[in-house]
Amino acid sequence: MTVAPLVEQFQSGLDAPICLTWELTYACNLSCVHCLSSSGRRDPRELSTAECEAVIDELERMQVFYVNIGGGEPTVRPDFWYLVDYATAHHVGVKFSTNGIKITPAVASRLAASDYVDVQISLDGATSSVNDAVRGPGSYATALRAMENLAAAGFAGFKISVVVTRQNAGQLDEFKAIADRFGAQLRLTRLRPSGRGADTWDELHPTAAQQRSLYDWLLEHGENVLTGDSFFHLAAYGESLPGLNLCGAGRVVCLIDPVGDVYACPFAIHDDFLAGNVRSPGGFTAVWRSSELFADLRRPQTGGACASCSAFDSCRGGCMAAKFFTGLPLDGPDPECVKGHGSLALSKVDSKPKPSLDHSHRTGPVPVTIGMRRPDRACDESPLAGLGG
Amino acid sequence: MSTEDGRGSFDLDAAWDLAAPVSIRPERFGALLYHFGTRRLSFLKSPVLLDVLRRLEDTPTARVACAHAGVAAAELPAYRTALATLAASDMIRQRSAS
Repeated sequence: MTVAPLVEQFQSGLDAPICLTWELTYACNLSCVHCLSSSGRRDPRELSTAECEAVIDELERMQVFYVNIGGGEPTVRPDFWYLVDYATAHHVGVKFSTNGIKITPAVASRLAASDYVDVQISLDGATSSVNDAVRGPGSYATALRAMENLAAAGFAGFKISVVVTRQNAGQLDEFKAIADRFGAQLRLTRLRPSGRGADTWDELHPTAAQQRSLYDWLLEHGENVLTGDSFFHLAAYGESLPGLNLCGAGRVVCLIDPVGDVYACPFAIHDDFLAGNVRSPGGFTAVWRSSELFADLRRPQTGGACASCSAFDSCRGGCMAAKFFTGLPLDGPDPECVKGHGSLALSKVDSKPKPSLDHSHRTGPVPVTIGMRRPDRACDESPLAGLGG
Repeated sequence: MSTEDGRGSFDLDAAWDLAAPVSIRPERFGALLYHFGTRRLSFLKSPVLLDVLRRLEDTPTARVACAHAGVAAAELPAYRTALATLAASDMIRQRSAS
């Protein structure tokens, strides 16, 4: 009774996204060195409360079941809790990513009482030294306090979201232990060279050996650990990880940024992947259904240099954003191709695209040897988040 | 609550309903199902199965819902397996139990 394989259906796009990331603000109290949206300062053009309500109304009409809200740090928006309530009252569930700054005991109790709100706390080290080197001094303590508050309020199964880096790839068991301690679920996602991550990727992205260990660890833990489908390039090792294993950009996922711009995916904040703006006539619905960019992404893709590779059917050439921001052609190998084709291709790159946007705090660049450099967001939204089952 | 932990042990002669926290979004290939309580997404890969689910609440048994949706006897085991999977993930619930 099965029709065409689901992956084929998804590649040609759906009338509404399955999973939508919505960054509510570029403002952030942190300055994570790998922030994929280069957040820090609020943008004066950010959507007003009324404009956010209108977006939620559209999502309700399109039957988008839930949105992944991030930023910046979304909870610093004064109308954040109001918008969460507005969304859930309109049958749009909310999962929001936070560094934990506003998750007080009172907030935690309120969140625990709702079936329609899920919380994801960002943590990029299982120890404060590893975490704070990337996310900033005190950020580990803030995240752990938020987790304690959620657990004490009885919020079962909140998510702990980790961007896997060279520095924390050896801490996977420790991360799992932290999640188990709080009755939370661990979520591991891939570091992308997006936003400020473009500047730090060389130092932070896992080594080839670490990728292999990560893959084995993920296979061992199966659906108990979420990945937001972000490691589908590792399917080229052999067995696929749980998930859809495809790039959902513009097909089943997209990003709405704080000023209403719609991008193909949360990791592709660049003019080349800008599909339109929710403020234009027809709103988000028109952008999703009729933008030229999305129509293009939904056409059958060619494998390019990867087409002759035996693993192409598994990895589909990997992550579009990772290729783009490392200066690789979109129809060639992923920079972290497990067959090693990416490193060869990277050695031939002579120029990388410049970021289109930067909302970083104006504290001036700081050297990156495991150092701070400006803002954060909940740096880990990813396509197909939560599609583990 | 999961009513079954395996496939195939689904009671076709019981009354079933879509679980209250579940939303359905029809798609070309069938439908997307989302459970707000467990936050799990499922894919219905068949428009006929979607039809079966929509008929559950107005029919006395799952077997009748299948018949009304035009499921032939030979196909029934496959639909029973699909329904068992949906019951195991709490997408549908036995009516007496809810």
